[in-house]
Amino acid sequence: MTEADWPLFEVFVRSRSGLEHKHVGSVHAADARMAIEHARDVYTRRQEGVSLWVVRSMDIVASDPEEADALFEPARDKVYRHPTFYAIPEEVKNL
Amino acid sequence: MSATAAVRGARDAVMEEAHCRYVLRLADTSLVLGQRLSEWIGHAPALEEDLGLANLSLDLVGQARLLLTYAGELEGRGRDEDALAFLRDAPEFLNLTLAEQPNGDFAHTIVRQWLLDAWQLEVYGALEHSSETRLAAIAAKALRETRYHHRFSSGWLARLGDGTPESHGRTQRALDELWRFTPELFAPDEVDERMSRAGIAPALAALAPRWSTRIDADLHAATLTRPATQPYPWHGKRGVHTEHLGHMLAEMQHLQRTYPGAHW
Repeated sequence: MTEADWPLFEVFVRSRSGLEHKHVGSVHAADARMAIEHARDVYTRRQEGVSLWVVRSMDIVASDPEEADALFEPARDKVYRHPTFYAIPEEVKNL
Repeated sequence: MSATAAVRGARDAVMEEAHCRYVLRLADTSLVLGQRLSEWIGHAPALEEDLGLANLSLDLVGQARLLLTYAGELEGRGRDEDALAFLRDAPEFLNLTLAEQPNGDFAHTIVRQWLLDAWQLEVYGALEHSSETRLAAIAAKALRETRYHHRFSSGWLARLGDGTPESHGRTQRALDELWRFTPELFAPDEVDERMSRAGIAPALAALAPRWSTRIDADLHAATLTRPATQPYPWHGKRGVHTEHLGHMLAEMQHLQRTYPGAHW
């Protein structure tokens, strides 16, 4: 058995309760259970997380880099979508 | 000193020695198994597995450090964890014979690990509720680690046993070879009995059926066959070892023996 025979899994770690799972990398594993164990051993050795997700890399549907212009360019000239045009009252903290 | 006080003093001394030996047995089983696992570093079938085995090894060495430190205090001769780990010879080691068996192939390592994980689950699970608070605290910490170890090893057992004909064959062979060391896991001697009577340690006989049930469930999932029960000729926990321990210790202790007191 070699690593090359094992499918790739993408690993997502939640660093604290209430925060979202973040993509941290990938592991090779023969099955989902092994993928969780490998993810635990590789990515949470230093207390980086409280929860793990793994998903087969081949199950991820990605956008096509060739279509990046069509997908993302139209947002470029729509700066008004950023919430930066509001005057924030002095009294409001932590915004 | 009156005659009864002398008798009581002698009885206390016997109890103290049993207590120390009991803790040393737990410590040495973890230490020796941890050292064996560390031999895989750089050689595991995959990078992730390398890290996985190293993590198990570090957990076990961590348990050994706590237990050895405690055993040294109970002994009262000024030996710390390092003195006990690196400056004792094989006959003074009190680990279970199973722990010192060589790694063999990956299936061998997994079967050895799984048999001992299931044993530690029961022993630490019972010690967690011991009236002896220091040991109970160490057991509670070790138990959390052991639950993961068993998850890891039983997962691999099922994957290998229920895998290809090649992996099934190797795993069954490993099981057949290592099974003869399992009677020692639950064979009580006077140390176990003294600790049990004092309410410090569980009665091993009471743990055996629980271990057996878990073993059968895992074997069933792995489509492996439980070997026949065998006699009990192994006495690692009494300091009588197979030839493998001496070789292992020669490597483990080499640095401290060559450069006494070396540290980094």
